[in-house]
Amino acid sequence: MAIEKFQEWYENRHEYQTDWKKRTNEKMIGYFCTYVPEEIYYAFDILPVRIMGSHEIQDVTEPHLFAMFCPFCRDVLAQGLKGRYDYLDGITIGQSCIHLRQAYTSWEIHKNPGWSHYLPMPNHVQSPRAVPFLMGEYDILIKKLEKLTGKTITDSDLNRGIELMNNVRRTMKEIYEFRKQDNPPITGLEAMYMTCSQFFTDAREWLPVAQEVKKELETRTLDRDPGKRLLLVGSENDDIEFIKMVETLGERESVGATIVAEEHCTTTRYFWDEVEEGTGNPLTAIADRYVSRTPCPSKDWPRRTRLQRTLMFAKDFNVDGAIVIQQKFCDPHETDIPFVRKFLEENDIPTYFLEFDVTTAVGPFAIRVEAFLETLDAEDDLF
Amino acid sequence: MAKYPTEPLKCWPKAKELRNNFYKNFDKAKEEGGLRWMGSAWAPDAVVRGLGEDVYSVTGEPYGASCAFDKPLSSKFLNAAENYGFARDLCAYMRNYWGSILCDEYALGGGKFPKADFAWSQHICCSHAKWYQNACELEGGVPLYCVDVGAGAYPPFEPEMYQHRVKYVADQMLDGIDWLQKVTGREYNDDLFFEAVWNDMRLTSKWAEICMLNRAVPAPLDEKSIYSLYVFGVLEQSNREFADFYDEVYDEIKDRVDRGIAAIPEEKARVMTDTQPPWAFLKIYRYMEQWGAVSIGSLYTFGLGGTWLYDDENNEFLPRAMPDKKPETREEACMMLADWHLSKPEYQHFYHPDYKTKMMDAIAKHWKVDGIILHYNRGCEGLSVGIAENRLGLLEKGHKVMAYEGNMGDEREFDEAATINRLAIFLESIGLEKPKK
Repeated sequence: MAIEKFQEWYENRHEYQTDWKKRTNEKMIGYFCTYVPEEIYYAFDILPVRIMGSHEIQDVTEPHLFAMFCPFCRDVLAQGLKGRYDYLDGITIGQSCIHLRQAYTSWEIHKNPGWSHYLPMPNHVQSPRAVPFLMGEYDILIKKLEKLTGKTITDSDLNRGIELMNNVRRTMKEIYEFRKQDNPPITGLEAMYMTCSQFFTDAREWLPVAQEVKKELETRTLDRDPGKRLLLVGSENDDIEFIKMVETLGERESVGATIVAEEHCTTTRYFWDEVEEGTGNPLTAIADRYVSRTPCPSKDWPRRTRLQRTLMFAKDFNVDGAIVIQQKFCDPHETDIPFVRKFLEENDIPTYFLEFDVTTAVGPFAIRVEAFLETLDAEDDLF
Repeated sequence: MAKYPTEPLKCWPKAKELRNNFYKNFDKAKEEGGLRWMGSAWAPDAVVRGLGEDVYSVTGEPYGASCAFDKPLSSKFLNAAENYGFARDLCAYMRNYWGSILCDEYALGGGKFPKADFAWSQHICCSHAKWYQNACELEGGVPLYCVDVGAGAYPPFEPEMYQHRVKYVADQMLDGIDWLQKVTGREYNDDLFFEAVWNDMRLTSKWAEICMLNRAVPAPLDEKSIYSLYVFGVLEQSNREFADFYDEVYDEIKDRVDRGIAAIPEEKARVMTDTQPPWAFLKIYRYMEQWGAVSIGSLYTFGLGGTWLYDDENNEFLPRAMPDKKPETREEACMMLADWHLSKPEYQHFYHPDYKTKMMDAIAKHWKVDGIILHYNRGCEGLSVGIAENRLGLLEKGHKVMAYEGNMGDEREFDEAATINRLAIFLESIGLEKPKK
């Protein structure tokens, strides 16, 4: 089954990436946040790979990152400090939260691969001034990439990058359509493998597999009770173990569930919005896309635009409830959470809040999720 | 016989009066038909000044610090914010502020929390704009405008000050002027704006010059006193009265230096700190004084309301010089103000801990510091960002460094006894003797 390839890539990212470098002899840049414009990297034939954690208990980051910063950024930094990405040609970050920024700067200080770039992605994305500013930043980035690669790029190269990433986004959305079915032929776990494996692989190699998966899903039937349909909302989450636990609860308990959609930067915030093609000015189109995509909460002001997008997912994917997940210490999401919960509840979407740590065991969350699922079946109180 | 002569600061009563008036003006603004606004300490308040002379602000960070100083009141506010659903690890100032709104209680002067007409702020830390977005919502729908200043580091930490970066910030201010007129219905007075821009530069440059005077031995100011004086640069940078007051403060401190007047008569060693202190436990400074240690300041107290430039070639940290002339057009004023604000030393460390390490190293050297005390501040992610790397970097440069963990605005996260023990060990390690009881 083609769908199994996603899990294989997810679990063997380093093997894939070292092999890719051997095969292609091209540059590979590690990135820390989805505000990095992959289109521009592909235009230079550079492979952008997202750096994520390994979900291990922390043992190397304490001297570098004060404990009040989120476990995800510490987990990410640990990957660098442990030398797991020594094959990278560079690292980069698009300005988002200051937590992940520290993983980037500490990595740069202690494991500098020789090329690094901090992209000051605007925070005021609702301002008309954001796109011209970001264009100026892209000019600086492009000059640095020219130095790194010895290449110059044209609009045609940028269009190639746009077309590739848009194809990735469209394919992901098409696969997500299957999750709207009453008995989805793809689980939340498999969907997470799909989106995250794309971070770790060459989009040109990921796409044909994803197209094949799309065909498979047309006739695939899963021999499981989907149970309650859940939406995950919140911080970065590629916590496979958590999703696996939720989706196998039904095998052990009287209630089960399937995650049918997420509002996360590992999934929909990353891929839902496309770059407009054929505008005649590809760089502006790229800037426009990153400014207007569903924002990280740190950029979602003065209006809180994420709420409507989240509600749209809840309705379109016909969810029974939402789990609002907060990475411990994730300030951007913490500032939004009371309002997200209130908004969803006002729109008749039952919510459950979980403070989460990607580096700790998932067991304690099982009973809480189970209790939430049980409440979804409970009849209204008499009083 | 004391080692150095000392005397109280003459400017002290005026400092208290100005500060009290600031908060009272916000409270009473409506009685005279004025306007109220809320925003961050780093908000470009000069822009708002163009709305008129009767427009008053409450500045979130100093307000949160004042709440924190009153432990029972702060506890009430923090609990209210947590009960609403906000995480306990969020910025402590912000939680105190939201708690004030939720409890409808004004910490400075009592009574109900005065509702603002609009919020005007800036954003560099993840929480800045979110603070006022939520405050506006909690107050029942107050209009919000924030200027994003996360436009990259200032030279020498970047090869040049790219003009598109300055323009991005300046253009947001220009748009902000239109927005201010729209939400208040007032005509905008450019002359008031130009004057305010000039006052912002005067005040923040003068504060840096005042801090330069603390290079003297003995130090004319200790950090505990500096906390009471630096606050004007974070209450309202463009306030003419505050800028004039700093001229007076400068003259007085200069006089103290000339006459050898010490803040701490037994100054034997000099330390510097980092980030906000645990406001409910300023007694740790008194404890250090007993050992003969004077805290000469910090990048925080020097740079929060002061404008400086780092000189990479000479590892120097010097006040930024005033521009040659005042702005004459709205566009020019916005560009000048944007460029000035982007050079704030406390903005630079948001981009890389090395930048802060360099500035702290320069302060340690030129202010003749014997030891550096880092507050791993759970209450402020913005100023604690990169602090662990600062520790490593400063150690590598040969400084003696200690760290303690605490929270500027949530006393539940400060262990007083453990911190005092740590301080004692550290002060011994820099050659001081335990004071005799």
